[in-house]
Amino acid sequence: MSEHEYVPKSKAGKWFNDRLPLLTLGAHLTDYPTPKNLNYWWTFGGILTFCLITQIVTGIVLAMHYVAHADLAFASVEHIMRDVNYGWLIRYIHSNGASMFFLAVYIHIFRSLFYGSYKSPREVIWIIGLMIYLLMMAAAFMGYVLPWGQMSFWGATVITNLFSAIPLVGDSITTWLWGAYSVDNPTLNRFFSLHYLIPFLILGLVVLHIWALHVPGNNNPVGIDIKKPSKDTVPFHPYITIKDAFALLVFMIVFAGFVFFTPNVLGHSDNYIPANPLVTPAHIVPEWYLLPFYAILRSVPDKLGGVILMFGAIFILFVLPWLDTSKVRSAVFRPIYRQFYWIFVLDVLMLGYVGAMPAEGIYLVLARVGTIYYFAHFIIVMPVVGLLEKTDPVPMSISEPVLTGGAEPSLARKVNDKV
Amino acid sequence: MSKEEKKVNRRDFLFTASYTIGAVGVGAVIWPMIDQMNPDKAQQALATTEVDISSIEPGKSITVLWRGKPIFIKKRTSEEIAEARAVKLDDLPDPQRDEDRVKDGKDEWLVMLGVCTHLGCVPLKDKGDFNGWFCPCHGSHYDVSGRIRKGPAPTNMEIPKFEFVDSNTIKIG
Repeated sequence: MSEHEYVPKSKAGKWFNDRLPLLTLGAHLTDYPTPKNLNYWWTFGGILTFCLITQIVTGIVLAMHYVAHADLAFASVEHIMRDVNYGWLIRYIHSNGASMFFLAVYIHIFRSLFYGSYKSPREVIWIIGLMIYLLMMAAAFMGYVLPWGQMSFWGATVITNLFSAIPLVGDSITTWLWGAYSVDNPTLNRFFSLHYLIPFLILGLVVLHIWALHVPGNNNPVGIDIKKPSKDTVPFHPYITIKDAFALLVFMIVFAGFVFFTPNVLGHSDNYIPANPLVTPAHIVPEWYLLPFYAILRSVPDKLGGVILMFGAIFILFVLPWLDTSKVRSAVFRPIYRQFYWIFVLDVLMLGYVGAMPAEGIYLVLARVGTIYYFAHFIIVMPVVGLLEKTDPVPMSISEPVLTGGAEPSLARKVNDKV
Repeated sequence: MSKEEKKVNRRDFLFTASYTIGAVGVGAVIWPMIDQMNPDKAQQALATTEVDISSIEPGKSITVLWRGKPIFIKKRTSEEIAEARAVKLDDLPDPQRDEDRVKDGKDEWLVMLGVCTHLGCVPLKDKGDFNGWFCPCHGSHYDVSGRIRKGPAPTNMEIPKFEFVDSNTIKIG
């Protein structure tokens, strides 16, 4: 935040800005120097903001018609679908919006993994982002319970029972979460309350996420530090706003495609059966965005061990900035790591696939191999490759490869220089 | 010097006392906020259920709801009882004798919580590799005594507190 002091033009603007410098903040956001080489993978921050706003707006509207009671919830969702004006549209936007939110956040996270955006000095941005991701999963899980269908009920039963694996206090914690001796009306009621709360917590964390981003500034595909402002940067507005807007429009086409043509393809048909505490569906699956973690849970033949590994798969991401020993940020200049990166992407996709399949036979074997590789990627590959890899020459500035038609060795600096 | 020291000590005492009282006060406010989430009086009031078992045929079972959870009540045949008692305890992940899972003299009546001890699904009857129950969620196999034999579940299906009111009625809870 090193730009020149902003002075409002109008007298009224100056009067107000002296008392609350909102206009200074606006000017900062408008002029914010952004690397000029950001590609379309960098547009998902804006897309995610759109997703959050969409979920909050449609969610507030749905809450005007929904009834959080075990006897009435299922019927009230059908009431929204059939009777409420445009209720079907609002609910389909909200339910598909959750999937779109996760699609965008996974692209956002994998972009960060490829270009090393989690590395110093951006560790705090990364950690706040992971906290947002955890809250998103909690919000999505509780939201899926609210229609009180069969998948709602049994998904809630399985997930809350994860806590019963905790030694000694597990059962007390589970009963406390339920507010009953099984998933029941008190559970539904509190899940609704928390489902309404969490998006606003996320909103607060998003503000901190962007604040922390604006301290060092954006990483970029080349992954080098740049002077700001300089010939390597462009002002956020209009350059990035117009690019983000274009990407958002393309994203909204995909979003609308789901909402209008296949609104139920990402859900499970069993959730249109009212919850029945006496019958478990033959095949319980979580929503698609949780499948890799579900596969990890099921790959372990021990209850506590499975739960520990599943949570470990998420929490290991928090120490990622310290597991990666490479001095070079961007995988563009890391020929070995780049290959492991794509193996890791395939590994996560495979875990997602086997998470949707029955936990037996070849699927169980694949889940175990995938789980071992998942952890090996962070615990072995990242520290070791970072130390041993001979990286490609990194350019001095963003402008250099552009102006000289390529990163020539003579102009490139050595990796062991301060990156 | 000594006067100064005394002043610091008094201030230290005030700090410590304030923090302590403050912590007690915060705790006193937080506990009700936590405990309100535990099962309320209405939930606790559902603690017992009486069930008529006169119409259950040998080899058949019924499922009743108790505290929102299914209870399996099975009238076992003598072959099934013999099968359950022939199992060696060494073959069981959670060793427990069949005799300890039923009431003395009522060996045919198996009354247990129909909840998989893995993650709480309802196992299916007459399925699985051990002639008992099978949980479709994550593949746990239970035998004819409801004991875990294979799969991720850590313990046998739980036996709730119950008693025979008369020969045709049991009270659960």
